[in-house]
Amino acid sequence: MSHKILSGSQAPEPTLDQPLYTPIKRRSFFMYAGATAGATALVLAGCSKDDNNMPGMVNVGSSDVGVLNYAYALEQLEADFYTKVRMGSYYTALAPNSAEKQIFDDLYYHEVIHRDFLRAAITGANATPIKALDTVYPAGTFNSRTTVLATAKAFEDLGVAAYNGAGQYISTPLYLYIAGKIVSVEARHAAIIRDLVTEGSFVGNDVITLTTPNKAAGDTNYAPANSSLERSMTPSEVVAIANTFLAEGSKLDVSGLR
Amino acid sequence: MNFFQIISEIEKVDPEVYDRLDSRRSIFKNMAGLGQKLTAAAIPLAVGAIFNKAYAQTPVGAGVNDVLNFALKLEYLESYFYNARTAVTGLSAANTSALNLIATDEANHVSFLRAVLQGNAIAPPAVTGVFDFTAGGRFNPADATTYLALAQSLEDTGVRAYKGAAPLVMTNKTVLTAALNIHSVEARHASQLRAMRRAGINSSAPSQGVAVAPYSGLTGAPKSWISGTDGGGPIPAANAVRGFSTAGIYGAGNNTNAPATITFAAEDNVIQGGVTLSATTLTATAGFPAAAYSEAFDEGLDVGTVAAIANNFSVSGTYFN
Repeated sequence: MSHKILSGSQAPEPTLDQPLYTPIKRRSFFMYAGATAGATALVLAGCSKDDNNMPGMVNVGSSDVGVLNYAYALEQLEADFYTKVRMGSYYTALAPNSAEKQIFDDLYYHEVIHRDFLRAAITGANATPIKALDTVYPAGTFNSRTTVLATAKAFEDLGVAAYNGAGQYISTPLYLYIAGKIVSVEARHAAIIRDLVTEGSFVGNDVITLTTPNKAAGDTNYAPANSSLERSMTPSEVVAIANTFLAEGSKLDVSGLR
Repeated sequence: MNFFQIISEIEKVDPEVYDRLDSRRSIFKNMAGLGQKLTAAAIPLAVGAIFNKAYAQTPVGAGVNDVLNFALKLEYLESYFYNARTAVTGLSAANTSALNLIATDEANHVSFLRAVLQGNAIAPPAVTGVFDFTAGGRFNPADATTYLALAQSLEDTGVRAYKGAAPLVMTNKTVLTAALNIHSVEARHASQLRAMRRAGINSSAPSQGVAVAPYSGLTGAPKSWISGTDGGGPIPAANAVRGFSTAGIYGAGNNTNAPATITFAAEDNVIQGGVTLSATTLTATAGFPAAAYSEAFDEGLDVGTVAAIANNFSVSGTYFN
């Protein structure tokens, strides 16, 4: 966050990284500079959640439309992925009536429908959809069963965690209901993809609270071990993963969702 | 802006911020992670207290409690149903271990909802005499094929129930998020059971079954998602057993008391938020099979319709009322 903010009108604080003329212990430096540095840190910390225009990033916006655009962004990523799966050598070598071909065809149909439905819904709400996002994948992703399935698993589990975590930011009952209609289909996808990776892994402690809690007791939306709740993720947790598959200029800024 | 976020941001620059704020740094850290260091023995009590605090932040109104207790009743039904899996014969090891996983999840959901509801939770039903998985002598749930068909029916019903109820609890964000986090787990289960039915009771590779239209019937091979109305599901209306069919599980709900703007449509619905899904409205979908438009969206059900479905497995016929 801070380097982009600092590159604006404010001069960077060189003292944070560079040695002073007289070397002093880190702790005592802060005792001397405490007032100034502390105040700057406070300003930056405050900005990180209020800054709605990170340069070069795609801001999904706020409130219900922000959630819809956030969902639209993730569906763009999924739809793009399955479109490319169907052009890759793993898919093209599948037998015509194989289970895996059936599954990847359906996943492609469903995700493209989700993507284009959300764009239509955002337009229908008299709002502006975010732009078409550019994606990036590690070389060779689409040529091996292992990497296709691993990426599909990551995207489907991420989608479920993202919708579940964003439900609380929706204020219109109909939008919440529609998000619910999509997320359960994503969960159905996630379960079968996980089974293609490893039979019987449709649930597991990595995605639901089986043997460990989701976070520290007392935190918001805490679920203890042995509760079997999906490990939903906040928008910022989700884009930390999603942005690794998005090109420069297409990375998501979700600071408006809260 | 949030106090702990500010402290945490400062900590990245100044690792000793906690000392600066308070020499007893552990107090500040533990305010954000209450209970991290409690002993195992103390956890159940602490968890209760934490739930009480977290879930009471927004007042849990009578309506929310009612919804949670209805969910608890459904979880009791599912949990008891999976406890009965030990009588089932003829399942592969892969299918047996999948049922074990699902049984654990449902028992966990019961515990979780009871912890959230605390003293308001409906007491666990007696092990015998409350639920009847033969549905009045119609089925033999010890038969593996029948058992998996009933399991899929219960899971698909559960997914529709949680989805339909979500708007009823949206005023309490904590309860809403918990409900959503159960909803998707039920959907994972439904997907798994459909895969198991597709590949067969003896299969050691449930993911490798091939779906066969119209996806209906006791020995049908459904997709992992609901296609149209799945031809009425495992027990379509044409094959109803003394009036019992699973067609209602995939049919439309009752909209009399539906929240404003929400319609409990059948699973073959293709109108979402006023948009009729087709290659005309979504031009990138030209050439897609017609079934894909309804498969891409699950549908919710109202409490009354879910109760009527679930009451088929209630000895009194009224447990879910």
